[in-house]
Amino acid sequence: MDAVADAVADAVAARTLLLTGNEAVAWGARLARPQVCPVYPITPQTPVLEKLTEFQAQGVLDAEIITPESEHSVMSACIPASLAGARVFTATASQGLLLMHELLHYASGARVPIVMANVNRTVASPWAFWPDHTDSLAQRDTGWVQLYVESAQEALDSVLQAFRVAEQALLPVLVSLDAFYVSHAMEPVDVPSQTEVDAYLPPFAPPRRLDTASASSWGNVVSQDMFYRHRVALQEAMDGVPALLAQADGEWQRRFGRGWGVVERYRCEDADAVVVTMGSMCGTARVAVDALREAGEAVGLVKLRLFRPLPAAALRAALAGIRDVVVLDRNHSPGAGGILHQELRAALYGAPEAPRVHGLLAGVGGVNVPPQRIAAFARECRGTTPRPESVWVR
Amino acid sequence: MTPLDVQREAMLCSGHAACPGCIDALTARHVLATMGPDTMAVIPPSCMAVIAGPQPMSSLRIPVYQPTLESSAAAASGLRRALNATGRRDTQVLVLAGDGGTYDIGFQCLSSAAERNEDMLYVCLDNEGYMNTGAQKSSSTPHYARTGSTPAGKTSRKKNLVEIMAAHGVPYVATASASHLPDLVRKVEKAKAIRGMRFMSVLIPCLDGWGLPDDAGLKAARYAVECGAFPLVEVEDGTRWTLNVDTRTRPVAEYLSLQARYRGLADDEVAALQAEVDAAWDQLLARSRARGGAGAGEPR
Repeated sequence: MDAVADAVADAVAARTLLLTGNEAVAWGARLARPQVCPVYPITPQTPVLEKLTEFQAQGVLDAEIITPESEHSVMSACIPASLAGARVFTATASQGLLLMHELLHYASGARVPIVMANVNRTVASPWAFWPDHTDSLAQRDTGWVQLYVESAQEALDSVLQAFRVAEQALLPVLVSLDAFYVSHAMEPVDVPSQTEVDAYLPPFAPPRRLDTASASSWGNVVSQDMFYRHRVALQEAMDGVPALLAQADGEWQRRFGRGWGVVERYRCEDADAVVVTMGSMCGTARVAVDALREAGEAVGLVKLRLFRPLPAAALRAALAGIRDVVVLDRNHSPGAGGILHQELRAALYGAPEAPRVHGLLAGVGGVNVPPQRIAAFARECRGTTPRPESVWVR
Repeated sequence: MTPLDVQREAMLCSGHAACPGCIDALTARHVLATMGPDTMAVIPPSCMAVIAGPQPMSSLRIPVYQPTLESSAAAASGLRRALNATGRRDTQVLVLAGDGGTYDIGFQCLSSAAERNEDMLYVCLDNEGYMNTGAQKSSSTPHYARTGSTPAGKTSRKKNLVEIMAAHGVPYVATASASHLPDLVRKVEKAKAIRGMRFMSVLIPCLDGWGLPDDAGLKAARYAVECGAFPLVEVEDGTRWTLNVDTRTRPVAEYLSLQARYRGLADDEVAALQAEVDAAWDQLLARSRARGGAGAGEPR
């Protein structure tokens, strides 16, 4: 190791810090030792950028930071940087993610293991800055692995797990955290030591890279057959992700004493109804489930941490034998409804004794959904026949 | 005749997919040979991407990254920084983009890369339109030129990208033409020795898009320089201008008459173009003389 690397290792001993979700993301990124970080500021992601540039200015992050004129150029820079063999990290939110859309497809096509944090924020117009998953869920067909986290601690841990999964699958990974509820709320976060993280996440050593020694290229025009085979390989890589994430999370748990799973079942024992949701809403739903259990009602929570690829088998197993599933969608696909609602129904279709799926558009646009409302939704759904379309609630 | 003193090792291989007589291929051949093997190319969708060939073939002996049309300078920045981060600082990053990908859709990220003074040589192969899609106008298309999207002739002037790039204050900006090959090669060599953003615009007469006979590409390129429509210049650090060929030896009308894209131009339109060229030329000459440059930068 060189002097800078030594300094980085010395600077990070395991400790507990009071961090926002954004700061936890930046700490996770720093511990991953990225070599290239193109970044562009956008509310509410900006503190991630500022923390990364601060780390670099302090000499504890040995990365090339690029500050282009747009998120589009950020992702444009990320892809060949990764192809050339550098570990690449960036972060964005909302409009920034949408501006990257074309390049998100390009990245997965190029099989580059970029890790990007996205702070979920409403999509304009009109302008707003509230938590809403429509920005990242609208990228579901771009070939990015998508994780949704509930807390600052999970954000830090997920960034590091994401690098491990990305570099094994050769796929880009998006780690999404809710605007403000997670991005700006402070909580005590266990920050692992650099030595421990180095043991968990070895240096990036891709099997192939853009190099003058081999003179291979990326992006040249291909035939129909080559394109087809490329997509088959992309699908196979995606299919392997749930197992890789389970492995990465299991290894994390062994080393650091906490894990987050792929699909988490919370108090689902003998439940007749289960709430399914993603991100910070899971924290609220836990409180609702605790209250319902306290009142003797058999209601549980299934937290979906991995949205892409959708872990359909794990979801079918987690929801087997449940009578009513209540999906809370903090997103909106106009003309279709809640995106998780559709995805979950598709995953459960044809399953033996498939649960009744109730789709609720709850918290769209950042509307507050307190635990009492979630408890009420669960009670109401148990007594009603599900409607085929998603239902607006608040 | 004496042979030109240029690198002869082929970095652009024979069997590439350019049209017969293409000046793009000729130019790229010399740019690549001068840059040498420790170079990585970034080639967005353009005629050059077609010339680079389909997978698994490549007509270039160096690695090529093909980005999206609008992102060449941003992609080259990412590639550059990754090379820096992995101990390959000496490897050159070379962009070979068309004028559509440079003047138009790629302009935003080019300006940003220039502002950051990213270490790359960006070569715009300027055929003054979207020739790969069948000749539509770009902001590099000159006044009155007919294209697929300006069938009655373009109503506005060619964007002055040299001026814009120079205004960024980057270390090196130059124009070149394959018709003046020693000058072109000297500029690539000079650019190669500089660190930071280096930008070159090379005029590429397009046989098909401009309406030229197969053997007239170089002639059109030479006439463009000789009439002053495409002056050969260098700008160092955004301030020191040199007009490399500082005498004009033919009227613009002779250059126009070679090309079908100017067919049927009225006399007053020819005169207007001549006046535009005259005004631009006078400005360049004044700038070049202001630093004692005119006449000092003759092509070898």
